[in-house]
Amino acid sequence: MRLFWNIVKRDLRLSWRQGGGAVVGVAFFMIAVCLFPFGVGSQAAILAQIGPGIIWVCALLAALLSLEQLFQDDFQDGGLDLLLLADMSLERVVFAKCLANWLFSGVPILIVAPFLGIMLQMEMDALPGLVAALALGTPSLSLIGAVGAALTLGARRGGALLALLVLPLQIPVLVFGAGAVEAALNAQPMGVHLAVLTALLVGLAPLCLWASAAALRVAGE
Amino acid sequence: MASKGGLHGHNIACRRGERLIFQGLDFSLEAGGALVLLGPNGSGKTSLLRVMAGLIVPAGGVLRRGDAVVADDPDSHQATLHYLDDRDAAKPALTVMENLAFAAALRGEVRQGVLRSALAQFGLADLAHDPTRILSSGQRRRLSLARLLVRPADLWLLDEPTIALDIETIQLVETLIARHRQRGGYVVVATHAQMRIGQAVPLYLDRYAPGEIALS
Repeated sequence: MRLFWNIVKRDLRLSWRQGGGAVVGVAFFMIAVCLFPFGVGSQAAILAQIGPGIIWVCALLAALLSLEQLFQDDFQDGGLDLLLLADMSLERVVFAKCLANWLFSGVPILIVAPFLGIMLQMEMDALPGLVAALALGTPSLSLIGAVGAALTLGARRGGALLALLVLPLQIPVLVFGAGAVEAALNAQPMGVHLAVLTALLVGLAPLCLWASAAALRVAGE
Repeated sequence: MASKGGLHGHNIACRRGERLIFQGLDFSLEAGGALVLLGPNGSGKTSLLRVMAGLIVPAGGVLRRGDAVVADDPDSHQATLHYLDDRDAAKPALTVMENLAFAAALRGEVRQGVLRSALAQFGLADLAHDPTRILSSGQRRRLSLARLLVRPADLWLLDEPTIALDIETIQLVETLIARHRQRGGYVVVATHAQMRIGQAVPLYLDRYAPGEIALS
């Protein structure tokens, strides 16, 4: 267990020291969301209607930014060999790296999302629902992204390929995430959406960890 | 350190992409022994080391650690070896100590004092808390080699361990290898440099290239 947290800590430290990884992702998220009022106009009715979708699409893109780096450095500098030879299953190593990725890319988004929601004219009552949906959905984004990041290791223009591979797979998270916020806005029960998001997370976790580890073993050959 | 064991390969073949690099390769390395991999560039020295480390699945043949077949239980094989290649796996943004501590932690718990003395042996004690970014390539190499000292492991697999090292450090590596073998450890070294390793068995990889086999 100690080794698990060692990996999480190292990844957080690395992302912090290398150009403040967390700050770049969340800054991108904020700017991308802020562009929409300029594009579609600032009528409250329109913004409130498309707000959930905007926030979720931007969260997807922001998560993508940090994912390219998830295994890239370790792959290039031989660190992957150390991880492959570690006294811990590769699946747990990947889990630790996904957790670190979510802590520095997902959590900051959770923190700023309510403020962006207010800017997009969302009802105050709907904001807890927005945060809850993001809290359940963004870990899934990191997990799905890990598979893509592992598969595109060593590919040229891996970043673009990663987006093509990962974004379609993240659609279910987007649908139910935005749906949950929509329900909260219309004062409808959002339990079903949150339950589906939870089910996605629980179902995806083992599948994605196993698939990423398999892809890393191939990349490590 | 367990002195039983040894590493034995029988009829090993290795394929990289479409190309068969070597085949029909036999070797036997007993406890206390040393195997030096020789051959021109591209003859498969690194590939063989990675096969030995269990990082590449061989295209054919059986690898044994003592009596146990490595493929049956790769984890316990990998837990008792050190594999060092020409890349240093050190993150420039971390300090020298952080890099070594992380590499060591991946192989189990290690005390701070052990890390410090490993760095001191390789002359990195003063740099322990500097970012690895400022290290020269020789110093980064030393940081990699320090990993050998933080945890005992029977089998050392060293890929070009002396690259970028000064003469004194090369001698230190030779001394460490000799000491390791005295304690019953065993090493495989791939190198183009002249290293003094007593009673080392040379293994010429070009003899096992697919074409050569057809001739003999």
